[in-house]
This record gives sequence, C-alpha cells and structure tokens, in this order.
Amino acid sequence: MTAPPFSPFDRPNSYIGRSVPRPNARRLLAGRGQFTDDVQFARLTHVAFLRSPHAHARIRGLDLNAAKAAPGVIVIATGADLARLCRPWVGTLTHFAGLKSPPQYPLAIDRVVWRGEPVVAAVAATRALAEDALELVVVDWEELPAVADMETALDPATSVIHPEFGDNKAFSLHLESGAVDQAFAAAHQVIEAEWHFGRHTAVSLEPRTMVAQFDPSEQRLTVFQSTQTPYQMQDVYARHLGLSDAQVRVVAKDVGGSFGMKLHVYGDEMATAALSMMLGRPVKFVADRLESFVSDIHARDHRVKARVAVTADGEITAFAVDDLTGIGPFSAYPRTSAVEGNQVIRLIGGPYRHRHYRADLKVVFQNKNIMSQYRAVGHPIACAVTEAMVDLAAASVGLDPVELRRRNMLTDDMYPYTSPTGFVFERLSHHQCLDRLVGHMDYESLRAEQERLRRHGVFRGIGIAAYIEITNPGPAFYGVGGARISAQDGCILKLEPSGQVRCLVSVTEQGQGTETAMAQVAASVLGIPLDAVRVVTGDTEVTPHGGATWASRGAGIGGETVLRAARALRDNILALAGTILQAHADTLDIRDGLIVDADGGRERMALAELARIAFFRPDTLPPDFQPEMTVARHHVPRGQPFAFTNGIQAAHVEVEIETGFIKLLKHWVVDDCGRVINPQLVDEQIRGGVVQGIGAALFEECIYGADGQMQNGTLADYLVPMAGEMPDIVVDHVSTPTVYSELGAKGVGEAGTAASAAAVLNAVNDALRPLGARVTTIPLTPDRVLAALGKLDA
Amino acid sequence: MPGTIPIALTVNGAPVSRAVEPRLNLVDFLRIDLGLTGTHVGCEHGVCGACTLLLDGDMVRGCLVLAVQADGAVVETIEGLSERGALRRLQDAFLARNALQCGFCTPGMLIAAAALLAQDPAPSRDAIRAHLSGNYCRCTGYHAIIDAVEAAAAKP
Ligand code: FES
Ligand code: FES
Repeated sequence: MTAPPFSPFDRPNSYIGRSVPRPNARRLLAGRGQFTDDVQFARLTHVAFLRSPHAHARIRGLDLNAAKAAPGVIVIATGADLARLCRPWVGTLTHFAGLKSPPQYPLAIDRVVWRGEPVVAAVAATRALAEDALELVVVDWEELPAVADMETALDPATSVIHPEFGDNKAFSLHLESGAVDQAFAAAHQVIEAEWHFGRHTAVSLEPRTMVAQFDPSEQRLTVFQSTQTPYQMQDVYARHLGLSDAQVRVVAKDVGGSFGMKLHVYGDEMATAALSMMLGRPVKFVADRLESFVSDIHARDHRVKARVAVTADGEITAFAVDDLTGIGPFSAYPRTSAVEGNQVIRLIGGPYRHRHYRADLKVVFQNKNIMSQYRAVGHPIACAVTEAMVDLAAASVGLDPVELRRRNMLTDDMYPYTSPTGFVFERLSHHQCLDRLVGHMDYESLRAEQERLRRHGVFRGIGIAAYIEITNPGPAFYGVGGARISAQDGCILKLEPSGQVRCLVSVTEQGQGTETAMAQVAASVLGIPLDAVRVVTGDTEVTPHGGATWASRGAGIGGETVLRAARALRDNILALAGTILQAHADTLDIRDGLIVDADGGRERMALAELARIAFFRPDTLPPDFQPEMTVARHHVPRGQPFAFTNGIQAAHVEVEIETGFIKLLKHWVVDDCGRVINPQLVDEQIRGGVVQGIGAALFEECIYGADGQMQNGTLADYLVPMAGEMPDIVVDHVSTPTVYSELGAKGVGEAGTAASAAAVLNAVNDALRPLGARVTTIPLTPDRVLAALGKLDA
Repeated sequence: MPGTIPIALTVNGAPVSRAVEPRLNLVDFLRIDLGLTGTHVGCEHGVCGACTLLLDGDMVRGCLVLAVQADGAVVETIEGLSERGALRRLQDAFLARNALQCGFCTPGMLIAAAALLAQDPAPSRDAIRAHLSGNYCRCTGYHAIIDAVEAAAAKP
C-alpha cells in the first residue's frame, strides 16, 4: 500500500510542533520516580571499592585478612580474582588508525595508573559495612613517577606509562586541505594564539548506580543500571563475562542525568556484575560523590595553538591548529577517547568559508582519570578556538565581530557544501540565525551602552559564537570501527484491546523528554489522542535493539523509527477497518481515536471497537483475513553520515576588574535543529546545555597537582553553576528540516553546550579589550582574569 | 555490629519507631529503613540539596542530619507533602513549564521553592534564583525552574 496522502504535521491530533507536557514528569514531581537506587531487591548485597590513593604505583602486596573477617563481609575480591571472571577490554577502534590502549581489567592488578582506580572490592550486607571492611585492607604501595602534565608527556625524559608502547602517545592525526602555507604567506594579517581548556566532569546529580543480579539457576544476569545505552551494556556484559546476550538483560529505570558520562565501561561496574556472578546474589554499586569525581570520565583537557589568515577586507582564508589533549591512562571503552580530539580538529572553522586548513592532533596518556566523551564531544573546544580566533581576526582588520562573521559564514547558495575537513552540510542557516540573534539582542544598543559604561569604569562585553553540531550519526559512526554499538533504532507498536497504543522503542530517556517526543510522533501519525500512547523504553528484554540516546540522535533517529512503525500500524488498522466496514481502506482515516471517512470525517467506528473485534471476535472476520495489530520497524539514517545543525549564541557579561568576577547578564541562542517536535522540550535542552557549557567556561575544573592528585574532588570544591549566578537565556529557532527523513528532525541535545563557553569567553575578552588584556584559559576564574589584567601572577 | 539506638518520630504524619545505628543519616534512614525513596542523595556532604526535606517544619539537608537527631521530630518528605497537596501549585507549574528534566533534583527543588513562597509569596526572579542556589540542577539550566516558581507564586 502506498503512503496515504496526509501529513502528520497538520491534521487533527497533530502533536508534532506542539509543546505538550511530559506525561512521565508527574511521578517525578511527586517523588515517585524509580531511579536505580530506589528499586528493592531480595538478598541484596552492597559493594564498595578501595581506590588507589596514588596516581601511579606498584602494588607490592595486599593484606586482606582483617577485611575478610570484618562484620557483615561476604567477599573481598582483588583484581586477580575478578580477572578470572571478566575478560579485559581494549579501548581502540580500527577506524582510528594507530590508536593504542592497553587491556583494562575490572580492578587494578599489580599496578595502579590513576588516583581513583579501583583496587579491591568489598561486598557486605550494607554499604557502610563494606566501607568498614575496606578500612582494614593493607596495601604495600611502591610509588612510581606520575605523568601529569600533557605538555611534557611526550618528552624523552618523561617516564612511559605503558612501556610496551614505547612512548605516551595514544593517537595522532593530521588533516590538511588546500594550500595552507600559501594562504598564510599571502595573508594581510596572521593572528596566532594559544588556548587552554581545563578538565571537567559531568556531575550528573544521580551518580553512577547499578544493581547486578545473577541467577545461577537460570544462568541469567539482570543488570539494573543508570545508563544511556542498555543495549551496548548488554553486549558488553555478555561478551566480557562469558555469557550470550540472551542471558543478559539490562534495564535502565529513571536516569538522573547522564550527559554522555553513563555510556562508558567502568571497571567498578564490570566488577559489580562479575561479583554478582561470583555470589549468585544481587550486588548494588552506587558511586558516592567523592568517588564520582575520580572515576566518572573527565572531559576536554586541551591545549590548542591556532593561527588564522585574514585578508585586508576581512576575509578569513585559512586556519591552522595544533591540538594536544590528555586522556588519562586508557582510551575509554568501547567508544575510545580519540573521538573528542578527532571532532575538535574536524569541527574547527566549521561555519566559515575558508578553503585552506591544517590540523595536528596529539592524544597522550597521563596518570590522571580517564578522559572521554561528554556532552558535545569536541564541539565546545572547536567552537571556542574558532570563535575566539574570529574575534581576533575582526579586531586585526578593524571590523565589528558581527560584520566579520557576515563576510565569512557559509551562504545559502553554497549548499550542499563540503568543508575542508570533509564534512558535508546538507543545508545550514548561518545568516538567518545571525540576523535573528542580532535582532533579539538589539546589538547596536548593547554596543552603544558598552561604550557609555566604559567611560564610567564599567566593563561589559558581548561575545558571539556560531556553531555547527554533529547530530543523527549514520551507519558508519562506531560500527565501522568494530564497536558493537548500533546506529539504527527499533520500535514495536501494539494496538491494545482498549484501542490504545503501546510504543516500545530503543531510544532512551534521561529527562530530555524522549518518551514524550516519541508519543507525539506516534499519536500524530496514528491519529489518536496523545494520552492514548504509552511509551516504554530502556529494557533490553522488552524494547528492540538500538543505539539508544547519545550524540543528539534520539529525536531524529528514534522519531523517524516511530513514524515508520506508526505508519505501518495505521495501514494495518485501516485495512482491518475496511474489512469490517466493507469500505476501501484508503477511503478511511483515523482521527482522535475514531475510524472516520477520509472525505468528510463522518464517524464510522471507535478504535476500541475495532480492537475488540480484532482480539475477541475474529470469528466475525473473513476467514482469510488476519488482523496484524502489532508492528515492528527499524530505521537507520541514510543518505548522509550526519545531519549537521547550526546556530549561534551570544553572551552579555560584566567583568568586575577589581575582583576578576564575571557577571552573566543575559544569554541568547538561535538554533536550527530542523523540524521541532516539541518546542518546549527543545528549548529546555538548549538552556540546560548552555548552562553546562557556562559551567565549563566559568567554574568547572578538575584541578590536578604535579603528582597527579586531583585536588578538588568534592562538590564543595568543584564548582558547578547555581541558580543565582545563571542568566536568563533567550532561545529562538530557525527551522531547516533535513530531507533525509520524513520527520525532518535533527538533533539538539548538545547545541547549547557546543557554543556557550565560546560566547562567554569572547564576551569576557571583549570586556577586557580596552584594558589590553586577554584571557586564554577556561574556566575563566577570577584569578585568571586578574592575572590577565596584570593584577595577579598567573 | 555497632550498637543501635531507639528513635521515635513522626514521618509524613505517621508515627515511626526504629532502632538505628548512630552513624545513619536521616536521608538513608528514610530511604533504606522506611522505603521513602523520593528524597535523593546527590553528594552526602551538604552541597547539592537533593536530600532537602522538612524537619519540624524547617527545610534541612537530610544528609547532614543523623537519624538519631530526628528522635522526637516531625519529618516531612516529598511523598507526604505531595499526598497532602502542599506542593500542588508548584508541581503543576513545574509540569506546565517543563521545569524538570531527569527529575533527580526535583523533590528537593520543590521543597526549597515552597519554603521560599511560604516566606515571600511574590518573590522577584533574583530572589528566587538566590533562594534556590542551594539546590543544584544539572539538567535544566534553572531558567524554567525560575519561571515555574514565578508562575506558582502568581497563582491564587
Ligand atoms: S545529598 Fe545532601 S546536600 Fe547533597
Ligand atoms: S532535572 Fe536533572 S538535576 Fe535537575
């Protein structure tokens, strides 16, 4: 049957494009959420981990006798014990040629390579008793030299963390396009600068949490886990614990924030699963906040040297960059720690027209916590470097930053456009977004006010940052490199006897509103009220295998999957209705849960009545007619490797030059994520993302000493944005749907984070410009601002 | 096993008595001993506000109070406050404005917001922002939460 001539976007029950509230929010508001730590288990045990106090040390001996005899202890396990139950993993993928990483085990064996690495596990009747037992473990440590500074990690004098590799280099990559040297030689101005980006971490308010429950009688492992990616974890547990995936079930209940952090494989979590197999009982692990800081993946950690070539009339002709990034002692599994740097150097310069580009990336090992993908992977670094250099370019030729961007951003007639780094942009809307932004800000008045206030010793700054975002990654993203991470998603839609619909879908929910957006798509296509759709996510035993939610793919890929499934179910429903009503299926339609005449809308029967006949009175149907009231569809995005989105942000700040404090006055975003399924959900994704980026810009930093010790690993010392210091955030949209899906939705989960730090950085430097100062390291702490002003030693 | 101490208190309107270890904090007592899992644990060192609850009518951090200190006290958690409708205006406003994402901070945020509205029925945005600064939210960026509290305050 051909697709019926209707659009799910403009008909009764058109929920696409509407800000409906989230049905699953009610229980969260009433304290009835079910986070992993809230689930009750019979015979539950608790695990706690002894973690390395050293950045690098040999374990000469372990005395576990006292711990084993401690009250309530069920087992004390070492790295060697668990290595017998769990195969090691290696964080490399073949499409990152040359990427190295050694095998990693649940717990350290013989040697620790970062402060925080789990060493000994204690399982006891309560968490407190497990921690008591760990107090009694005696470790004979031999401290080894720590590699902390990424700048010297490759020096011959620096010790090598993994001697088998010969040096501390994990990965390197060179990109070159156009005639870079000629472009710089011919430039009117060449601007050079070096930018530093500290490490920070996700600080999901709910820490990493899991309960692994192995049932020896059935040889089945069930893992309740706060994760974004239950299917990936099902596969990981099966392969590394010697099970088949049919023996493993992973369930993600409510997830209290994740932001990319809860999709990596962690030794303590593998240990928890292995321990439950050892004991045949459920084992719970909840990372406390202190261990979260030294074991949840860290993010960023880059030093980027950048050059830009500009002509006399402000045309940017070339960028050249050199990115050095430190990833800790291992490349994270199974997605690697090479993606971050790779995306940095491929995204730099993204919104602009230059044709000459050179980039060098070096990824080095250190004795620090592992660095890997976190919300907006690589984007904030690429955006900050690009936009900071663009501002410097504007100043060098005496042009306003907005004007210079106008002259250099890709224009509407250039699409499809292949960037110097090989990205293909289907269609972006840089100029429309810029025009909208300037309008929202009332840019000219802000500039006039800035001028006026400067004369009174008030230093305000305006920072602009254009961005592109990689969303909806296609089939060649991880799988091509050997990772068993799906690029497709699946959806099962069932008509229930009540006439309502259950939607089982592989994309997952961490508060974005995934379930609501999927319900909106299903209800719109089927023509039923929104509350007649119940969405189920996050259980590998129930929902189809899919990629789940990461890399801004949930709405775009999951939404299209649901759309296709809903269309198929609709066809089946209308075929049955046609049989019952002795009408042609294509003369019928479904509106508001009723079968109606497509022409005129006369009511023919309720869906509930149709369902009743399908399920309980099939005897009344022709003998050769089989109603199919459950459908399944999968969808893999095709046609382009990514659906790129774009947008632009602006920050307005005031810098107190006596104290170095930065006050955020306002923030603006104009984003283009194609078709918007639920404007309110999209706006709040953007706002939340903006604030995470602002955290990185102003406060968040994992501070390490030269000995590789993290010095601020408490929530009192590691600062995250609070309500009082955040600005109101104006969000607007331009909509350029992708033609590669019917829904036309692109991703949006990372757009806010991609550019907010860049906008704040530019705003602060704009404020400082008349004082001849420039800050080149984020977070932009008061100390760094004062140092830039020459009021404090750097 | 360390010794236990008997305590008796009122939780969400009902009398409760238990014997607890002296080191058990109030939020773990509520969550583990009483199954009141609506109060969350985000840091256990008094910073994030996820464990916010009412102790004798005052907003406190459940991770900084020992269960034994609550002996004789009246405790109210998100479950009890929701059931007696004390947060309805705020909950409706949070729902309408999508002022929650993962929802982990939400119970604490609602209780903190209610405490503000009890003192100041029409707070300014700045006052809302200042008051909620002891409750961390990693998902929303706060803007929607501020809007929702403003909207709840404006409702009769
Ligand atoms: S858990 Fe009590 S303040 Fe964070
Ligand atoms: S909604 Fe996730 S922490 Fe606030």
